[in-house]
Amino acid sequence: MATYSTSDFRKGLKVQMDGDPYLMIECNFVKPGKGHALYKCKLRNLVRGTVIDRTYKSGDSIEAADVEELEAQYLYRQGDTFVFMDNENYEQYELSAEQVDDAWKYIKEGMNCGMVLFNNNPLTLTPPNHVVLRVEYCEPGAKGNTATNVTKPVKFETGAEIPCPAFVEIGQLVKIDTRTGEYIERVKE
Amino acid sequence: MRNASQQHGFQPAASWKNLRLRADLLRRVREFFHRREFLEVETPILSADTVVDRHLDPFCVNAEPNRRKLWLQTSPEFCMKRLLAAGAEAIYQITRAFRQDERGPLHNPEFTIVEWYRKGDGPDEGMQLLGDLCEELLERGPVGRVSYREAFGRHVGLDPHMVGTEALVSAVRQQGIEPPQNLSVDDRDGWLDLLLVELVQPHLGNTKPVIVYDYPASQAALARIRPDEPPVAERFELYASGIELANGYHELVDPAELRLRNAQNNRKRQADGKQPLPERSRLLAAMQSGLPSAVGVALGFDRVVMLSAGEKSLDAVIAFPLDRA
Repeated sequence: MATYSTSDFRKGLKVQMDGDPYLMIECNFVKPGKGHALYKCKLRNLVRGTVIDRTYKSGDSIEAADVEELEAQYLYRQGDTFVFMDNENYEQYELSAEQVDDAWKYIKEGMNCGMVLFNNNPLTLTPPNHVVLRVEYCEPGAKGNTATNVTKPVKFETGAEIPCPAFVEIGQLVKIDTRTGEYIERVKE
Repeated sequence: MRNASQQHGFQPAASWKNLRLRADLLRRVREFFHRREFLEVETPILSADTVVDRHLDPFCVNAEPNRRKLWLQTSPEFCMKRLLAAGAEAIYQITRAFRQDERGPLHNPEFTIVEWYRKGDGPDEGMQLLGDLCEELLERGPVGRVSYREAFGRHVGLDPHMVGTEALVSAVRQQGIEPPQNLSVDDRDGWLDLLLVELVQPHLGNTKPVIVYDYPASQAALARIRPDEPPVAERFELYASGIELANGYHELVDPAELRLRNAQNNRKRQADGKQPLPERSRLLAAMQSGLPSAVGVALGFDRVVMLSAGEKSLDAVIAFPLDRA
């Protein structure tokens, strides 16, 4: 198994610890002139998103992680399995509902998503930052109410329910920020 | 594919404003020592001898295949002490030093050292001169002094000379500091350094620059050990804004002690998985012929420029740091 030693340490390095992949998001070299060299690192767990602090001394090493980022197209859903295709080599990947996580709310067939592979297996899925979805159902809003601070539950074509302003109507297209899960604006056809 | 940064890759990392400040500070260093009748000297950067330090890794140069190894200096101390042994009274030089794998906001593997020696000085005179130079270059007023023991007591709450290593280990854990996983519980200096870096250094020299003196005897490097109870190394360091700027010794002059420390350092290097370094050197010969009592100090010039410019990284004051070298 390939390893990185402290002299290879830098921001952006992908490593694995206790079976989980981590991204090195910070690496600070500190050394008293006549003392031990220390590498103070921050690592983000690529599965859970949690950040940990680790200090290494020169000569220490961490196992390298085989992590690859690619763009994949969402093909279809079969029960709890979501099928994606690597746009470069047409390789297909099946993701469980757990791996897809919240992204199911935003993805439509044919949409390109970011995918991370760990040891050639899908690890995480990231939908585009903004998606446009069609409203499937909502209660009618009061006419002329243009206030954006009054919201109502709105059901979209993906099955997701997202609070939107009261003026949003059935059949309209709405732009959603997938990072916050919030309504941005209505979109013309 | 060429992108904008590649097209402009020949450009310096430092601004012209900072490069002009750098030149101005170099001139002020020379004037400072000239006024005090120090002789400016030049010694080889490439040498057959190298400092044997547990934590310094010199670049080895195979300039002469199948013959002797040569090293890029990690500091000019060996050759400058040879000049002292040969009769120098007060000498300084501004030179480049090289240390492998030292790269970060405060480290570039090639950097500029200002180093000086004055015969007859003791720790007090040595600290006074360093303080005067700091005042001249940084313009932050008179420099304070604090012993290593006081600084440690204030910020860690322990007596670094007297407590057992277990107390250092538990202090690290109590403070929520994540120690390196393979830092051995026997490696007392490793735990001291960890506490120093995490809890002490950030507080040093924030209101005014400060000189820390009387280091643990185990961290004497090439300083004399004063046989107090407990014994301490006559070594001192200058800090400003939490950043180490200079290191000085009341110089070790005993060749037998040098041999002993070289051997110890090589044993520790090998335990750390590092190559041992040559223990015999012309410095040993100089000491055998008689090295006069003196204080020597090395100042990290790039860091002084960085602080003077109000920058956070050495790259802002070095024309071509490693990535552009």
